[in-house]
Amino acid sequence: MLHTVNKSPFERNAFKACLARAKEGSVIVLFEDAVYAVTRGTTLEKIAVRAAEKFHVFVLGPDLNARGYDWGQVVEGVTVVDYDDFVDIVVTHGPVTAWL
Amino acid sequence: MRFGILVNEGPFNHQASDSAYKFTEAVLRKGHEVYRVFFYYDGVNNANKLSEPPSDDRHIVKRWSELAKVHGLDLVVCVAAALRRGMKDELLAEGFRISGLGQLIEAGIQSDRLVMFGD
Amino acid sequence: MPEIEALENTSGVIKKFLYLNSKAPYGTVYALEVLEMILISAAFEQDVHVAFVDDGVYQIKKGQDTKGIEMKSFLPTYRALEGYDIEKLYVEKESMEERGLTVEDFIVPVTVVNRLTMSDLIHSMDVVLGG
Repeated sequence: MLHTVNKSPFERNAFKACLARAKEGSVIVLFEDAVYAVTRGTTLEKIAVRAAEKFHVFVLGPDLNARGYDWGQVVEGVTVVDYDDFVDIVVTHGPVTAWL
Repeated sequence: MRFGILVNEGPFNHQASDSAYKFTEAVLRKGHEVYRVFFYYDGVNNANKLSEPPSDDRHIVKRWSELAKVHGLDLVVCVAAALRRGMKDELLAEGFRISGLGQLIEAGIQSDRLVMFGD
Repeated sequence: MPEIEALENTSGVIKKFLYLNSKAPYGTVYALEVLEMILISAAFEQDVHVAFVDDGVYQIKKGQDTKGIEMKSFLPTYRALEGYDIEKLYVEKESMEERGLTVEDFIVPVTVVNRLTMSDLIHSMDVVLGG
């Protein structure tokens, strides 16, 4: 099972909802406004770091770049991917639960 | 692998349709099959052929039509959601068709992966 | 209630479908249209599960009176689910308790499960839909 989140953790609880039901080792893909969940220097950084330790966390590069961040500004343990990688991740780890 | 794609939001207000489009493109690029793209909720507005964004913006509706033409995609607009929003046959852009919600469930049954884009 | 088309699942495939309700009713359309998906999937003879987490638990709270907002109440449709053989309804205990609700507050019979069991349920599914 793969989990996706597309909401900023500062606005909605989707990331929190996902973390609460994902299992150790689960794969989580963050895209759209959810990329803010794993950028460095926020008050939620500790949650992101813990998530990256417990789960396999990926963040969509095009969404990250569009919002003024790059791979060097995401917390350690989070992997930046593109749309093709996103498809590969769904193929390998699907079905998908989208936390909206 | 066979994919079903679900688009739950209309164009422009939300990135869902853009993300679904970029994802669908990647699915096809990677050599997978797209069984169906289903448009539900405000997502039905992605089929409106009267949409006319400024020329320097992406044309979300036309982009779906063109992708469907090149790859023979089945773009299905939910009839109940469409009627509620005044999205009728005469407003449908090329490549879209209106059908029942059963088409979504069928896509879930027939596809290896159903991927949902929404708000 | 949505119109149920004459549908047939000719493929013979039975998948485990989960409808994951995480949003409150009325404020947005999501809860209503998930309910329509649930009813349609019954016609396809799939293994249907319905889960309520987070604000989704508010969808089945007793006593909803929507006259004042001129919107259709969901409760009659939820009550009708049993008639469609949709009986696997799960409420997450933590979500329910956070909102000061108990199992007596719900309009339909549900199985209350803890978060870990809910997580197991989600991870055992073939298709997860919802909003």
